[in-house]
Amino acid sequence: MERVAIIGASMTQFGQREEWIRGLLAEAGSACLEDAGVSADAVDHLYVSNMASGEFEGQTGVPNALAHDLSAVPAYTARIDQTSSSGGAGVYAAWQSVASGASEMTLLVGGEKMTHRSTAEATDVIASLTHPVEYKHGVTLPSFAGLTARHYLDKYDAPRESLGKVAVKNHKNGVDNPHAQFQKEVDLDTVLESPIVADPLRLYDFCPITDGSAGLLFCPESVAREYADEYAVVSGIGGATDTHVVHERADPTTMGGVVNSAEQAYEMADADPDDVDVAELHDMFTILEFLQSEDLGFFEKGEGWKAVEEGVTDRDGELPINTSGGLKSKGHPLGASGVAQVYEIYQQVIGDAGARQVDAETGLACNVGGFGNCVTTTILEGQL
Amino acid sequence: MSDESDTGDDEQTMEAYRYPDGSITYPGHPFGPGGEEPTGTVDLSEYVAEVVTWTTSTATPPGVRQPNTLAIVEFDVDGEPVRAIGQVTTEEVEIGDEVRPVYCAELRDPEKGIREPASQEWDGFRFEPTE
Repeated sequence: MERVAIIGASMTQFGQREEWIRGLLAEAGSACLEDAGVSADAVDHLYVSNMASGEFEGQTGVPNALAHDLSAVPAYTARIDQTSSSGGAGVYAAWQSVASGASEMTLLVGGEKMTHRSTAEATDVIASLTHPVEYKHGVTLPSFAGLTARHYLDKYDAPRESLGKVAVKNHKNGVDNPHAQFQKEVDLDTVLESPIVADPLRLYDFCPITDGSAGLLFCPESVAREYADEYAVVSGIGGATDTHVVHERADPTTMGGVVNSAEQAYEMADADPDDVDVAELHDMFTILEFLQSEDLGFFEKGEGWKAVEEGVTDRDGELPINTSGGLKSKGHPLGASGVAQVYEIYQQVIGDAGARQVDAETGLACNVGGFGNCVTTTILEGQL
Repeated sequence: MSDESDTGDDEQTMEAYRYPDGSITYPGHPFGPGGEEPTGTVDLSEYVAEVVTWTTSTATPPGVRQPNTLAIVEFDVDGEPVRAIGQVTTEEVEIGDEVRPVYCAELRDPEKGIREPASQEWDGFRFEPTE
C-alpha cells in the first residue's frame, strides 16, 4: 500500500461569511492548490466533505460545482457526508484514493454555510441525524451533551468548573489563530455565568454556528518532495461507528467509535497514545474533550477532567490539545471541521503553526459525527 | 414475533424488542446482537424506570416545547436492563428518581421541523416521577 503524503493545506476565515457554499469551497480549494504549487488539472480525485448544503442552502451537487469552479474537470468527484465527521471521512476517502493507487493527486475540500439560518433551524438540521424515537422528543446534539455531562460529573465526581476550563483553554488558544471565529479569551466566571443551554452546560460550553471551508492536498509520498520541502505523512488512520440510538450504549461516557477508530490508527502507525505530541479533538461541546481524551488513551477513564485542571492539555503542557482553539473557539462549519483539524495538525508537524507552534513530530486529529456515532482518527507525522 | 404483552387494541404501547440472547432494546431493531432477529416484544409502559441522567434544554428546535426536560432512564425487565430516552413531565427530576411512562399523543409539532411529517410517528411516552 502506498504511503500517503499531505503536501498542501488551506483554511478560510471561519465565522459569519458573505459567501455561499460554492464560494467558500472554491476559496479553500484554490488556496490549497496554490499552497502546494499544484495546478487544478493535475487533480485526479476531488472530494467535498459537506453535511447539508442541500438542507441549509438548497445547493446540491457541490463536488461537480467545485470541479468546474476550480477548472479541475474531468477529475472524479464525490461528496462525503458523515454529518459532523464529514471532514474526517473525507480525509479517509482521500487517503484511500491515493493509498490504493486510484489517484495520484487528490484534493479534499470541506465546507459548510450555516449562519444564514437561525440557531433553532441549524440545530434542527443537525438533529435530523437522530433516530425517530429521539427526534420526536426534541432531542438535539446539545441535549445529548447535557445528558452526558451530568452523568460524567456524577459518575467521576468531577467539578462543573473543569468543563468550563476546557472553554477557557480553547478560547485562549484561539487568540493566536487568525482564522478562528472567536479570537478572544474568556474567563471562567464568564463561562459559568453564561445562559444555560442544556443543563448543566451553558452557552460557553458549546461551539458556535459557523461558515467556513478548509482544504488538504494528498499524493503518494514517493513524489511528495517534488512539490514540498516539508510535508506530512498519514501514518495512521481509522474509522468506526457506534450505535445510532445513543442511549443504547453500555456506558454513556464512552464513545466506542473513538476507541475503535483510534485502535486502527495506532496499529497502522505502529504508535501508541504516548507517541502523540499534539492533538485536535472534536470539542463541539466541552464534555466531548474529556470523553475523547480518555477514549483515545491519553488519560484513564474518568481522569480527563483532571488533566485539564492540571494544565496538561494547555499549549505549553505535556499534551497540548486543540492548539487551533478547537471547534469551541475556531468555529464548527460541519463539513469543514474535520479537514480543519487535520490542517492544524499538518501545520504543527511541519513546523508552520506560527504563534501556536508546539514541539511536535506526531499529531492526532479525532473528528466525531453525531454524538460519537461516526468517528475518524488520523495520525500525521512531519517529514522535514 | 410474538407479543409478550397483553394490551387491547385501543391501548398505546412502548414497544421494545427482545432478542435470542435475552437482551432487550428500545427502540427495536430488525437485527439484534450477533445479527439475530428479535423473538418478541415487551411493553415498557407496564414498568417503572430509574433516571440515569437528565437535562433541561432551553434552545429547542422548531415545534419542540421550551424548555424541554429530557432523561435517559433504565427499566428493569425481569432482571434485564433496558434504556430509553424521552421527555420528562416536570423540570423537577434527579438522577435515581423512579419514573413511569405516560402517553402523549404529540410530543412535538410535526409540521414545524425539518423531518417529513409522514416519515415517522410523533406520539410516545413521557416520563413522570412516581413520587
